[in-house]
Amino acid sequence: MFSPLSKIILSVWITVVLILGFAMPMVPVPQHWYELPLIPGLEEKARNIIFHVPMAWTTMVAFAVSVVFSIRYLKTKNYVDEIRTVAAAGLGTMFCILATLTGSLWAKFNWGSFWNWDPRETSIFILLLIYSAYFALRSAIDNEEKKATLSSAYAIIAGATTPFFIFVMPRVMKGLHPGSKGDEMGSAPVAQLHMPPNMLILFLASIFGFTMFFYWIYNLKVRSLLLEHTHQASRH
Amino acid sequence: MTSMKRSITTTYYLVEKEILSEFRTRYALNALMMFVVTTLSIILFSLGGETVPADVLSGLLWIVIFFSAMSGLSRSFVAEEERGTVMTLQLMTHSTSVFVGKLIYNCLLALALNIFIGLAYQVVVADFVVRTQSIFWTAIILGSIGLASASTILAAIIAKANTKGTLFPVLAFPILLPLLLTAINATKMAADGAYFGESVKEFQILVSFSVVIITLSLLLFEHVWKD
Repeated sequence: MFSPLSKIILSVWITVVLILGFAMPMVPVPQHWYELPLIPGLEEKARNIIFHVPMAWTTMVAFAVSVVFSIRYLKTKNYVDEIRTVAAAGLGTMFCILATLTGSLWAKFNWGSFWNWDPRETSIFILLLIYSAYFALRSAIDNEEKKATLSSAYAIIAGATTPFFIFVMPRVMKGLHPGSKGDEMGSAPVAQLHMPPNMLILFLASIFGFTMFFYWIYNLKVRSLLLEHTHQASRH
Repeated sequence: MTSMKRSITTTYYLVEKEILSEFRTRYALNALMMFVVTTLSIILFSLGGETVPADVLSGLLWIVIFFSAMSGLSRSFVAEEERGTVMTLQLMTHSTSVFVGKLIYNCLLALALNIFIGLAYQVVVADFVVRTQSIFWTAIILGSIGLASASTILAAIIAKANTKGTLFPVLAFPILLPLLLTAINATKMAADGAYFGESVKEFQILVSFSVVIITLSLLLFEHVWKD
């Protein structure tokens, strides 16, 4: 799926983004391309946006992928679609935990406590619960085909409720994240980006890097699950 | 047109069957009433005459509603599996009729249960004064329909799984959380004495939640129901 060259490019890309994210100096008045602005109240903690937001983004991408392949599975009943759903959900859980941890640390040092039940914190928590419920349901069904059908149905229902806590709840409830109800900077669907161009480029590069990284591991995982599947099928 | 008419009649008979088989044993109703009484007395014991703000009390009310719904509404399809009547229903009826029948019955059960909880809670918990009854009861009614609609499709899913009882709240909680948070918000507004017009946004969320879940359930039910 991935040529060796694209793997090297992606590794270099991610490494550069990580190094720049940590190392670009933050100054009150940026004058060179490599200087990021020092925002009072956020200071060096603002660097987390290069890591935390792409992780949350990748969680959503993974979730969307698993819902799409759940729908495809119910249509085709092809076990490859089922394997794709499981692979995306597994990786989504990992990125969800990462986004929760980085966000929680950031919240501790910016808002004073590890957890504040801000609408967006609530929504990542719900997503974590959905992933756990999905895997709990899968482990409770023995018949392979029933397991695939029922867990796909559950993933689709859970996917239908995501707009409520991603787009509706943050609008209705007061929160601490940018873009919440009463934020004078405006409330775009996810968050309006008020960033200087160099930071925006780094931010988008990080989002792209994380997404491609997800796609890479996702491909590996799908292939290994497929091998496992054929191996088990040949033993019976 | 005749097939439409037939499926409506089938649905009607299915609801009638549910109600009849419920009143034959009164299993769910009796057990659920006892469940509500027990939970309410535990809440009263733990509050122990302290003055508790209405915000906390509105949350407690929806905890009672959530868990009694979890124990009451999860039964609908498990009972069919236990009685061995699934095959008959699959052979004799269209899956949409089965779903709509169960949904209507679950809505009725949830409404009866939650109206009882709402009344009992207001009578028993002295600190919980509802200043705008219209908001309170609208939230209870819309919340019941939302709870019933999500529970029906999830009950159909868990009826095929091994650990039925414990799995149901685990599956239902993340899906119902948007509904619960909105309903708690509306209940707080009712306790604070807000005007009915101020809580329209909450009701819009509750209605759209039920519409989304019911539409999806109708599409998905056939896959879940047919072996």
